[in-house]
Amino acid sequence: MPRVLLRPLHRWFGGVGHVAAFIQDAVRALRDVRTWPAQTGHQMRRIGSDSVPIAVFVSGFTGIVLALQASYTFTGAVPLYFVGTLVGKTIMLELGPVLTGLALAGRVGANIAAELGTMRVTEQVDALETLAFDPPAYLVVPRVLAATVMFPFVVALATATGLFTGYVTAVNLLDLSTVEFVRGLRLFYQFKDIWYGLVKAMSFGLAIAIIGCYCGLGVRRGAAEVGAATTRAVVRGSQAVIVLDAVWAVLLL
Amino acid sequence: MIAFRDVHKAFGSLQILRGLSFEVRNGETLVLLGYSGTGKSVALKHIVGLLTPDAGEVEVDGQVVHQLDRKGLAALRSTIGYVFQFSALFDSMSVYDNLALGLRRQGMSERDIAERAEEALALVQLDDAAGQFPSELSGGMRKRVGLARAIALRPRYILYDEPTTGLDPVTSAVIDQLIVRTRQKYGVTSVVVTHDLRSAYTVGDRIAMLYQGRIRQIGTVDEIQKSHDPIVRQFIEGRPELAAEVDAAGAGA
Repeated sequence: MPRVLLRPLHRWFGGVGHVAAFIQDAVRALRDVRTWPAQTGHQMRRIGSDSVPIAVFVSGFTGIVLALQASYTFTGAVPLYFVGTLVGKTIMLELGPVLTGLALAGRVGANIAAELGTMRVTEQVDALETLAFDPPAYLVVPRVLAATVMFPFVVALATATGLFTGYVTAVNLLDLSTVEFVRGLRLFYQFKDIWYGLVKAMSFGLAIAIIGCYCGLGVRRGAAEVGAATTRAVVRGSQAVIVLDAVWAVLLL
Repeated sequence: MIAFRDVHKAFGSLQILRGLSFEVRNGETLVLLGYSGTGKSVALKHIVGLLTPDAGEVEVDGQVVHQLDRKGLAALRSTIGYVFQFSALFDSMSVYDNLALGLRRQGMSERDIAERAEEALALVQLDDAAGQFPSELSGGMRKRVGLARAIALRPRYILYDEPTTGLDPVTSAVIDQLIVRTRQKYGVTSVVVTHDLRSAYTVGDRIAMLYQGRIRQIGTVDEIQKSHDPIVRQFIEGRPELAAEVDAAGAGA
């Protein structure tokens, strides 16, 4: 096979190997319970609580738009209370988790990659090692755990906000009463609508944090590389959200 | 004792160390002197296992560093203090927490940590800086905090990577005095990487001149100053006009 074809393949498999080794290191670091628990609480606040405003902002406006678009689509053909159905299903199953995931791929993924990349180029990661710390246990595990645990909470809040703004829009801008909106909302409701979105959120948090850590700690030198790693973390994190969304749809719907 | 035995190290096609061999005796301060890019810092990183040799071995207290398992390496690292070229202070932590981090890792009580940190900061004459953050400190102060962080651990060995680079002559002299005082007070074995001759003459018991990835000459300060080797002479006299002589000597090396 010509070298031109072999080289990208070699690079791709090399990359997969690196990621696998990185994840293996992080799993191994879970045993270092002297290190990661102390850092995890702080990361939960940074990754979870601090992400609430952007998540609420995105889903709040999405709820408004969904209600109006549903009304526009259904006019004359479908009873208007289906606005509640569409807003509920779409926010809970898809837009709540995915739009929040994409927003957090930017906020959280970029934050992690830039911070760890900077620590790498300023030799703070080496300093941690010389102080007998294991960088995966001190830096990676707390961030990954925090994102995995906190993303479902942030998504739940975002989903609730989207439903609320959808409801407020339907009641105030459309000819829909509270009873009708709630009737639509409950029409095809299943408990799965809730846990499906939260499971997705958990997987998004896991993927975004691992990608952020991998890109950040992969930096070797210079500010330019930190910038490139940050961009890479956001792009790959967003791609992971989209791919995982499809995977969960295939597996669970 | 630290011993390098025929250590080779390359980064890609760039060969840095080419059979580096020397020993650091217990209680002495050995200065690794040489041009930029000759592998001084690379050599230092092998001692704490931040880098692994391609061939050869580095031995500390009879243990081959790259053969140690994770636990063994952490134990070894807890006996070594490392002063980084750009200090590598944790910028999200106060000066006190920078000092306390390694001590907490060793399982010390908060009271003992406070005492140890206070003593180390007093030694580097930064008694009032405990609550400050690295970004609030000058370059010289950061170097002193980096030194205090290493001293606070009461290590058997301290490794100094370019401790006076980028500092004015007076601050450099202060750092040199601190290195001497640390050795006198705690009896540590030290390796100092530098290309600052004045610093090398002040702090070194012996000086090892690195050239093209191996030791060109090793000896006392007096022996180095009286060296007839053209490469050593060119470096210590700072005379580029000796280039032809150096080329001939380098070719014969």
